[in-house]
Amino acid sequence: MPDQAQLLPGTLDLLILKAVSLGPLHGYGVLLRIGQISGETLLIEQGALYPALFRLVRQGLLKANWGTSENNRRAKFYELTAAGRKRLREETEGWNRLAGAIASALAAQPEEA
Amino acid sequence: MKFLDSILLRIAALFRRSEQNAEVDDEVASHLQLRADDLERSGLSRAEAERRARIEFGGEERYKEEIHEAASGINSVETLCSEIRFSLRVLKKSPGFTIVAVGTLALAIGANALVFAVLNAIVLRPLNLPDEKSLYAIERGTNGFVSYPDYVDMRDRNRSFQSIAAFNIIQPSIDTGHEPARLWGYEASGNYFETLGIKPHLGRLFQASDEQGSNSAPYVVLGYSYWHSHFQDDPNIVGRTVQLNKQPYTVIGVTPPSFQGTLLFMSPDVFVPLVNHDQLGGNDELNARSKHWVFDTVGHLKPGVTPAQGAADLNSIGDYLRATYPKEEPTWKFKLGRPSLYGSFLGDPIKAFVGGLMLLAMLILLAACANLGTLFAARAADRAREVALRLALGSSRHRILRQLLTEAVLISLAGGVVGLAGSIFLMRRLSEWQPFPRFPLHVPVTPDASVYAVAVLLALMSGLLFGIVPIRQVLRANPYEVVKAGPSSVGGRRLTLRDVLLVTQIAICAVLVTSSLVAVRGLMRSMHSNLGVEPQGVVIAEADLSMAGYRGESVATMQKRIFSAMETIPGVKTVGLADEPPLDMNAIGTVVFTDKTTDLRSSNAIAHPWMYRVSPGYFEAAGTSLLAGRGFTWHDDNHAPRVAVVNREFARKVFGSVPDAVGHYFKRQDGSLTQVVGVVEDGKYFNLTEDLTPALFLPLAQSPWADTWVLVRSSEDPEHVAAAMRTKFRELDEGLLVYIQSWPKEIQSVLFPSRMATLSLGVLGMMGAILSITGIFGMAAYSVSKRLRELGIRIALGARREEVLRAALGRAVRLLAIGSVAGLILGLLASRVLASIVYQASPRDPLVLFGAVLAMGLLGLLATWIPAQRALSVDPLILLRDE
Repeated sequence: MPDQAQLLPGTLDLLILKAVSLGPLHGYGVLLRIGQISGETLLIEQGALYPALFRLVRQGLLKANWGTSENNRRAKFYELTAAGRKRLREETEGWNRLAGAIASALAAQPEEA
Repeated sequence: MKFLDSILLRIAALFRRSEQNAEVDDEVASHLQLRADDLERSGLSRAEAERRARIEFGGEERYKEEIHEAASGINSVETLCSEIRFSLRVLKKSPGFTIVAVGTLALAIGANALVFAVLNAIVLRPLNLPDEKSLYAIERGTNGFVSYPDYVDMRDRNRSFQSIAAFNIIQPSIDTGHEPARLWGYEASGNYFETLGIKPHLGRLFQASDEQGSNSAPYVVLGYSYWHSHFQDDPNIVGRTVQLNKQPYTVIGVTPPSFQGTLLFMSPDVFVPLVNHDQLGGNDELNARSKHWVFDTVGHLKPGVTPAQGAADLNSIGDYLRATYPKEEPTWKFKLGRPSLYGSFLGDPIKAFVGGLMLLAMLILLAACANLGTLFAARAADRAREVALRLALGSSRHRILRQLLTEAVLISLAGGVVGLAGSIFLMRRLSEWQPFPRFPLHVPVTPDASVYAVAVLLALMSGLLFGIVPIRQVLRANPYEVVKAGPSSVGGRRLTLRDVLLVTQIAICAVLVTSSLVAVRGLMRSMHSNLGVEPQGVVIAEADLSMAGYRGESVATMQKRIFSAMETIPGVKTVGLADEPPLDMNAIGTVVFTDKTTDLRSSNAIAHPWMYRVSPGYFEAAGTSLLAGRGFTWHDDNHAPRVAVVNREFARKVFGSVPDAVGHYFKRQDGSLTQVVGVVEDGKYFNLTEDLTPALFLPLAQSPWADTWVLVRSSEDPEHVAAAMRTKFRELDEGLLVYIQSWPKEIQSVLFPSRMATLSLGVLGMMGAILSITGIFGMAAYSVSKRLRELGIRIALGARREEVLRAALGRAVRLLAIGSVAGLILGLLASRVLASIVYQASPRDPLVLFGAVLAMGLLGLLATWIPAQRALSVDPLILLRDE
C-alpha cells in the first residue's frame, strides 16, 4: 500500500494529461481512455481519479466545462491548457529518460574486471 | 461548541465550500450514471448497474473529502475546522485536564500580559510629542536640578540643541471665585511650548517674547483635562483672571488634549511662566546662581548631532560656568536621557525593575509550558493505544501530530483569552491606583494593540512549545507493538525529556519562591529599621503659606501663630514645624565647609548634607533623639547668632566625633559661620536604601520658608487630632489650603518601591508555587497510575508502606530535590539584584534559606500527598482481576 501511494500521484497525473491530450474527455471517459491506451494493464480505482482531476485544474494544467456526453448525459469535460500541454511534454521526456536509465541499469551484466 | 461551529462554518462558506460541494456531487453523480449506462449495456438491470457503479467507485465520501483537499490545497480551512471540532470533543472528554491546563496558562499569560502592559505604559510608551526621537532630557549630577541662570546659559551658549526649555513642578493654589483649591502644574520657560512644537487648543500659549525679566509674565495656560473638568470646556475662559497663590494671572489659552507635559507620571493642570517663580512662591531665587531648583531641562538635538556630542557641548559650558562662578557651580557632569521618566534618575531603576519582572513573568510562562508539556506527554503516553489504532487504520503521523498540536494550541488560546481578560481587569485597577497620598499619579495602563498582540503571540508560542513535547513519542510509536502489548510499559530508569522539564520547572519555581522570600524579609526589616524619626502617633499637616499670600516677615509670624494654636489642642504632647519632613521624597541638599576654608567653591566642600529648616520642638515631635547639646529655642531667630543642629554622621564627617562638634563652627555656602549647638541621631532622609548621610538642621526663624509642615505628636486618635488641627487652621486663616495626614500613612510612599517589589515578587512566587504543585502532582499522580499494577503486586507480596511509597514516588521526590537545590542556588544569585530595590534584602539570610527549603518541602509534600494515598490504598485483588 504505502509504495503505491507514493508512486501513484505523479504517474496518474501524467496518464491523465496524456489521455486528455488526445481530445476532451469527461472523467469516466478518462478512465476508459487510460484503460484503452495502456492495453487494459493499468487499472485505476474510479474514485481516485477525481482528486487528481481537481488538483490538475487547480494547477491550471486542465480546464473543465460542463457539456453533454455521447449518450446525452450531463458531464464535465476536461481539456488540456497550454500549460498542461507543456507539462505533458516535459513529464513525458522526464519519464522516458528515467525509464530508459532504469532499463539500461537493469540490463547491465556482471563484467570481468 | 455550537457557537464555534457556526463561526467555522461561516469561515468555510467564505471558501465557497457549498458551491464546490454541489459541483463535486454533480460530477460524481454524472460519473456513476455513465458507468451504470455501460454496465446496463452489458446486460445488468438498471438497479444492479447503479449498485455496481457505486461499489466500483470506491469510498465516495472519502474521495469527496480528498477532492476538496485537492481543489483547495492540503491545509484547507475545512480540515482545520474538522480538526478543531475533533480536538474540542477530545478535550471535552477530559474536563479536569482541560481546566487545569487552561487555568495554568491563564495565570501565566495573564501575568505576562499585565507586566507587559505596565512595561508598555511606563517604559515603551512615548510622550506623544512631535519629533520625539530627537528630544532629550538634560541630566546633571545626581538629581538634575539646575539654577535659573545656569539654564539661561545652557540655553544661550549651546550649539547642539535647536532650543532648550526648562520646567519645574509646582503645586499652587487656584482661586476662580468659588472654593480655592490646590492643583499641580508646571512652571515652564517661555520657549517651552515652541521647543516641544505644541500648538494651542484654544487661545495662545506663552512664548519666549512674553518673558521680560523677573515676574513679567502673569499668564496661565490650562491643561486640557483641567479645563474640561473644571471649566466645562468654556471657550470664554481665555482672557479671564484667576488667582494663583493669591496673585492675579490671566488665562491665555488651553493645551491640546494629547499633551500631558513632559513627564510620564503626571499630567499638569496649569502651566505658568518660569520667570514668575519668585512672585508665585514668594521666594527670591530666580536670579540666584547658587540655588539649584529648576527641576528639568529638555530640548531637541539639532539634526546630525549625536547625544554624546550634545553632552560634550553642555559639559564645555559647565566648565566655563565653573571657571566663571567657582563658588556657585557644582562639579556635576551633564548627560542626556529620555525625558518621559525624568531621565535616568527614575527611568533606570524603573526600567531595571519592570524588566526584571518581565523576565520573571516569562520564567513563569516557561514553567507553565514545562508543566503542560509534562501533562501532554503523559496524556500522549496514555493515548498511545488510540494513536496506535489510528496509525494502524491508515491515518498519517502527520495528521495525528497536527491533531495533537491543534489541541495544544486550542488550550493555549483559551488560556490566553482567560488570562488576558483577567489582566485587563487588573490593568483597570492599576490605572486607578494612587499609591501616593499627595501626588496625582497619572500612568494609564491600558491594553492596546501591542498588549493583545503579545498575549496572543505568547499563547500561540507556548501552545506550540508544550505541544511538541510529545511529538517524539508519537513518531517513535510502533502501532503493532502498542496494540499487542497494551499501553503500560517499562518503568524506564533513563532520564527522559519529561524529567528534564519537571526539574527545570521546579528550579524556576524555587527561584521565584526564594526571591519573593528575600523581598518579603527585606521589606519586614526596612519597616523596622531605624528611621531616625518615630512616625507613630504623629499627625502631619502641610500648608504652603505662599499659597495664601503670605510673604516675607508675615510668614514667620504666621508660623509662630500656627505653632501656638496647635499646642492648645487637648492631648497634644509636642508640636514641631519643618520646611519638609524627612522621607517625603523631596529633600534639599546643600554644601558645608570647615570654618577654616576660605575658597568656597563646591569642590572644597567637606560634606554634602541634607538640609532641613525646623522650629523649636521639632526633634521631640518627630521623635529624633538628641545625643548632645541642645535643640532650638524661639530665641534662635534673626537677631541671634547663626546656629545649627547636625546629625551624628555630620559631626563625624566634619568634626571627627560627636563631642567635638558641639560648640564648634562650620561655614555655609554664603560664607557665614554657623555654630553647632546640638547633635541628633542619624536617620533616613531620602529613601530607605541610602547609606548614612550627613544632615543639617537650621532654625526656621533664621532661614524662613513658606511651605510649612506641622508635626503634632499626641496620644489621642489621629483622626480626632487631624480634625482638631483642621479647625485650628480654619480659625487662623480661612484661605489656607491644608493637607493633613497621619505620618505613618504619609511615609508609606517612601516604602512604595520595596512594597511594589515585594508584592509583585510575592504574587509571582505564589504562581510559581502553584505551578510546581500542579507539576509535581501531575508527575506523581501519573507515575502512580502507570504503575498501579506493579504496586498491587508489591503489596500482594507483602511490601511495607515505605517500600511502596519509595517505588511509587521515589523518582518524583528525587526530581523535586534536584530542582529545588538548583533553583535555590539560582534564586540566591538572583537576589543580589533585589538588594538594590528592597532595603536590606540579603540573600544570605539563614531564615530565607530555611524558609525556601521549608516552602519547597511543603510544596512537595502537598503535591505528592494524594498520589501517595492512592498508592497506599491500592487493592491488589481488584487490580489483578482487572485485565
